[in-house]
Amino acid sequence: MLLNARILPYVLILPVTLFLCLFFIYPFVLVSQQAFGSSEGGWSLDNFREVVDYWKFPISLKNTLLLAAAVVPIQLALALLMATMVSKMEKGRDMVLYIWTIPLGISDLAAGIIWLAIFEQSGFLNSMLNGMGVIDKPVNFLTYQNPWIVFVAIALAEIWRATAIMLVILVAGIGLIPKEYYEAADVFGASKWKQFTRITFPMLRPSLQTALVLRVILAFEIFAVVAALGGTLFPVLMGETYAYQFDLLNSGAAAAMALIILAISIGFTLIILRILRVPKGASI
Amino acid sequence: MTDATAVGMSADTRKSGRYLYIASVAFLCAWVIVPIYFLLINTLSSPEAVNSFPKSFVPEFDFSSLQFFAGFEGMLTALKNSVIVALMTMVMSIIIGAPAGYALSRFEFPGKGLFRLLILLTRAFPLPLLALPLAVMFIQTGLDDTAFGLALVHTTLAIPFAVLITFSLFSGIPIELEEAAWTLGCTRLTAFTKVVLPLILPGITASAIFAFVISWNEVFAAAVLTIENRTLTAFLLQNLDTSPLHLKFAGGFILVVPALIFIFAVRKYLFAMWGIANR
Repeated sequence: MLLNARILPYVLILPVTLFLCLFFIYPFVLVSQQAFGSSEGGWSLDNFREVVDYWKFPISLKNTLLLAAAVVPIQLALALLMATMVSKMEKGRDMVLYIWTIPLGISDLAAGIIWLAIFEQSGFLNSMLNGMGVIDKPVNFLTYQNPWIVFVAIALAEIWRATAIMLVILVAGIGLIPKEYYEAADVFGASKWKQFTRITFPMLRPSLQTALVLRVILAFEIFAVVAALGGTLFPVLMGETYAYQFDLLNSGAAAAMALIILAISIGFTLIILRILRVPKGASI
Repeated sequence: MTDATAVGMSADTRKSGRYLYIASVAFLCAWVIVPIYFLLINTLSSPEAVNSFPKSFVPEFDFSSLQFFAGFEGMLTALKNSVIVALMTMVMSIIIGAPAGYALSRFEFPGKGLFRLLILLTRAFPLPLLALPLAVMFIQTGLDDTAFGLALVHTTLAIPFAVLITFSLFSGIPIELEEAAWTLGCTRLTAFTKVVLPLILPGITASAIFAFVISWNEVFAAAVLTIENRTLTAFLLQNLDTSPLHLKFAGGFILVVPALIFIFAVRKYLFAMWGIANR
């Protein structure tokens, strides 16, 4: 029995470990080999040079970063607002939470299509503007003449779709904060805002960390929303990776792009972990 | 200023604050629902109505768009492929992930920290990118363009969640229950199947559903790894440039429906699993 209890945990984690070695670590090694390889064999930076020098690279990098910079802070604020709103809700909490978490199950492609229904030429935004008498002919919003509208449409679709994941993490985190802290704050007459900045926010750090890391990584992977709404009007890194693989059949370049996205993701993850680091021994 | 007016004022501000609060909750609910409603209108309208202008804001309950969707070459096969891949992902991620979740919740063992790090690392990683090298590996092993091959990649996506969710579920069941069963003559295995499993089953179902949704929604890896046997997301993506609007909207709606049902089914577990998985 003793021996059993010593070996058993390893037996139980073996399948996951093997699986992840085969389908996570091994492909990671392969993708690095592909990215650093060259046509003559041996190591080289040719693939990286090729993708970085391509005229579309600076644009797609800029677009991806801009989008993340615009979308993630709004999502964070919105998720914090929604989480504090439900935390003191008495009636209808379950219903409201269900509605707010619906987008969690919706794919980026479907979200793109949903917002296409609003922004396309015969779509609902045009119909509404027409009904209010602002315009008499439908305007084609999603064209290269209106790069900012394309950007706003994509950003809205992203905010609509992916705020839910942060909300879930933050609601769970708020649920873990002991109620006594708020009671004590009430006794000392702290305002709601003070309670938020002095209790909720600092106690929520681990959840904020998780939520931001997850969200930022997904923000750099943005692909299908853009494909549905902007098409080629709004190049992003992931879309270019896909194009290298399929349209240009250049898997070395695609691998290099993949590693660049990966490096950006890791860089930002480290920054977030650093900014929101939880002091040792300060957890609940 | 007398006390009475001060009290009256604060009651007034509290009242208007209350209205503002209710209004914002209602607004945020509408913000989520209205776009889905627009998609529903488009789906339940004839192709002519979908392409006409201005749009009506009520559906005409015409099913010809959906019929067009069902009749579109390859669409139903893609739908079937999506379901098969998602089911495979669901089964594999639970069978592989749940034992690890149990190990994490019940045992202290050397290497536990490292194992947790591996799991968290997987979650903090743009995983669909790994589909690129796997495409080559699958061609060598004959797994290319198969539902199983894609399900393997989707399982990699779903496994960190499966492990962390089952970990938090098992942690919610006191070990004393199992110990009591051991003293009453159960072995570790029978104690697990007779005591723990019945308690954990709804939660396991919830995390299985979560795995299903992850696979169902995944676009990039599906588009990279399938050519003939496209899943619904890959098929829609591939035909985005060429397909008419009513086809896109009907397809988008079919993608959304399981999400609505599944999130409803797992809503009780969504928060519990994130609360502990955080730490």
